[in-house]
Amino acid sequence: MNEDLQQTIRNAQRGDREAFRRLLQDHYAMIHRVAYRFTGNMADAEDVAQEVCMVLVDRLNSYKGGSSFSTWLYRVVVNQCHDARKKKRADTARDTQYIELEAMESADAKEANRKASWLYRAIAMLKPPLPETALLVLAEELSHAEAGKILGCKESTVSWRMSEVRKQLTVMMEGSHV
Amino acid sequence: MSDPVNENDLRRILRESAVPEHNKFVERQSLDKAMMKFDQKNALSRQGTGWWRRLMGTARMVLHPNDGAFMKKSYKIAGGLCAATLAIALLSTSALNNEYLGFKKSVSDTKGIDYLGGVRVSNPGVMPPKSVEPPALPEAAPAKQEEVDAALKPVASPAPMIATAPPVPQALNAPMEKNKEMKAASVAGSAGAASGALMNFAKKDSPAIGGLAMQRSAVSESMVMPIIADTISQPGYHDEGRDKFEHVKDNPLKLVKDEPVSTFSIDVDTASYSFMRASLNNNVLPQKDSVRIEEMVNYFPYDYARPSDKAEPFKASVNVMPSPWNKGTKLVHIGIKGYEMQQKEKPHSNLVFLVDTSGSMNEPNKLPLLKNSLKLLLDSLSPEDSIAIVTYAGSAGTALEPTLVKDKAKILATIDSFNSGGSTAGAEGIRQAYELAKRNFDKKGVNRVILATDGDFNVGITDPNELKSFIERERDSGVFLSVLGFGQGNYNDAMMQTLAQNGNGNAAYIDNLNEARKVLVDEASSTLFTIAKDVKLQVEFNPATVSEYRLIGYETRMLKREDFNNDKVDAGDIGAGHTVTAIYEITPVGSESKLVDDLRYGNSGESPSLAGVKKEATVRGGEYGFLKIRYKLPNESVSKLITTPIDSHVEVSSIDKASTEARFATSVAAVGQLLRGEGMTKDFSYDDAIALAQSAKGEDKFGYRAEFINLVRLAKSAAGLKPLDGGQRPPVVEPQPYPMPQVR
Repeated sequence: MNEDLQQTIRNAQRGDREAFRRLLQDHYAMIHRVAYRFTGNMADAEDVAQEVCMVLVDRLNSYKGGSSFSTWLYRVVVNQCHDARKKKRADTARDTQYIELEAMESADAKEANRKASWLYRAIAMLKPPLPETALLVLAEELSHAEAGKILGCKESTVSWRMSEVRKQLTVMMEGSHV
Repeated sequence: MSDPVNENDLRRILRESAVPEHNKFVERQSLDKAMMKFDQKNALSRQGTGWWRRLMGTARMVLHPNDGAFMKKSYKIAGGLCAATLAIALLSTSALNNEYLGFKKSVSDTKGIDYLGGVRVSNPGVMPPKSVEPPALPEAAPAKQEEVDAALKPVASPAPMIATAPPVPQALNAPMEKNKEMKAASVAGSAGAASGALMNFAKKDSPAIGGLAMQRSAVSESMVMPIIADTISQPGYHDEGRDKFEHVKDNPLKLVKDEPVSTFSIDVDTASYSFMRASLNNNVLPQKDSVRIEEMVNYFPYDYARPSDKAEPFKASVNVMPSPWNKGTKLVHIGIKGYEMQQKEKPHSNLVFLVDTSGSMNEPNKLPLLKNSLKLLLDSLSPEDSIAIVTYAGSAGTALEPTLVKDKAKILATIDSFNSGGSTAGAEGIRQAYELAKRNFDKKGVNRVILATDGDFNVGITDPNELKSFIERERDSGVFLSVLGFGQGNYNDAMMQTLAQNGNGNAAYIDNLNEARKVLVDEASSTLFTIAKDVKLQVEFNPATVSEYRLIGYETRMLKREDFNNDKVDAGDIGAGHTVTAIYEITPVGSESKLVDDLRYGNSGESPSLAGVKKEATVRGGEYGFLKIRYKLPNESVSKLITTPIDSHVEVSSIDKASTEARFATSVAAVGQLLRGEGMTKDFSYDDAIALAQSAKGEDKFGYRAEFINLVRLAKSAAGLKPLDGGQRPPVVEPQPYPMPQVR
């Protein structure tokens, strides 16, 4: 796959602006998608995606090849999502926003996304580090091994966490009759 | 049932709710910011001879967002004073950047807005490099301002200086190659002082990356930032869909037989065009009611025949050409050019800035942009002009008593101290501003209130009609009014129009710093110096040659036939050098494109007097009609009359043969009609309009026409309604209020 990509990265690391821009362009969609899944809304996802782009300017040189670039990038994005979360204060306006949004959503869209939305919410209610593990494995559909690399733990740890996730989700599901 | 949820099921559920597509505009914005940081980082890490070349390159690129409009425009006013221009740009935009940051900070402190704007506040890319000491900027600014002052004065000096315009690029390039310094320094005599100073500045940079150089890099970055912020949709909280426009019905087709006379007031406002541009740059079509065709057409300067002297303040020229959208009709194009004032003729100005500092102005494209717009205006005034500032939020107050422009530091300090917050007591502000203008009234000079606001008045008089009657009374005092509109999402256009139209004034909408420059620097004399007021046009069509007619645009400016000769009736004003264009679509007698059929029993109803008219009309068979213009000189109350026949001799056989100016105006009028969805342009499309405009770009030295063509391209694909969330609305996904653990 990756001769091109690796070459682009090397060029970008050397200061080739075209290469760097291409790198951002090619990965922006992925960055945004992960950020959206972690933050649960468009505005925050855009903020995080922008942060990631900015952070990459400084951090790209710390990517030494070897491991897969996407794994490395996942790690950057997940960290950034975490930072964003930390900075964010609980804010009532935010909830208001969601209520409005929900009211405007058509009934159809509601039905189609009902399960997924329940699932996202349920995942969010799990205790760390289960949510990020679950999102990488379930939403990003990464293998336990890949998720382990991103989160900096063993594959078996991810597997254990996932069984924990399933167990807790089952309990929550029974509780809410979804 | 031992394990009801397995990973594959869960994955499938999530797969079914796709993550919404990301917003391309936001992506581009993020990428641009990252690239800027990238450039800066690489430039600094290199530290070689070329690092500032890169920065200058970046700065130049951004300074030319519209085919160089930004820079090229500057030397119209500053003459050859390239370096002065650069200094202004450095000053004003760096200040903007500071405010931009300051604004963001205040947003994050505001509950409820934090939700959307909060995260970006900490954006490291917006910050200057860590090693830079931010306070260096404001301190540097006044020093440079002195140079600007010194440099601006010679504008009045003999014209040949202005002919040496090319130094603009040279000055920018000068620091690039050291041996060019001497050459550039010798250019443009009086400009030399300023540019030389600038180049010393540059020279000091080059040996080492000292503190000065660092400061310079920060300046370069701040030059870059705000313009991007202007042109790309802004992050942060915005009001949406609350812009208020008066509903306007298109001017109807009239039968010459029934209504041979058409009367209207001229309109030199340009607000509608800028508003359209702001919308289209967000990929959304402007609201139908926000499109006022005459304001779009009149946005552009046209090279019409000039009046020879001040005694006759303007000159009208008339063209007749076939309509590009309808074979059977013709267009009558009326172009009016106002007298251009020489620098030394310019009267003393007594200006009162009335600045809205209410909470609704707390957005990057409002108060920060407003402050910089005012600073730009300051630079185009002469030192002896006087300025006062009234601010209003919940209450109104005089922020600056009348002060001479030469005391610039004091005025700048006042402008910098504006902070937004509170409700909007607009009417009270207007009252105080008029009071101040009248107290300081200069009989020989220009007395003008310049109101800068988003129009969201919510304290005191909030009803446009009530405000109108107040303004009408103030009009007699001789104080003129200019309205500068800011912001989108909660913009009260109806209020602005009411104020400008009834207060002997003009209205412009400022959507970015470039527009501020157009209105307040390049066209400052049009904006400030009225050369004729209550300008009314009346066209009488000849029933022998024209069967139907329709005025394109000017819906809000129609007057009654009897108003034309009634000097008590208010109408639009023309500023120095203004151009005004009006276009009629006429159907010649006998054309198959006639929309109204003849009456079966019509002839018998014809009155004897009309028969007489017909006879007279046949005699004047070579004329389509007769144009009459009434106007008053600024200090007079009795009107004067100019007349000119619309002669078929001036008619051209195809639109290609019409003048460049007439063709371009026609293209803009066509786009306006398409945006309004009038249905009178048949199957004329945006592409046809683009082709027509392309063929009529002319000199286009400020790039306005090129920009227009790009906007029309955007209009082809723009959405009809702004979607929430700047693009895609995410599916219902609940917030996840959990603290994420640190995973490193």
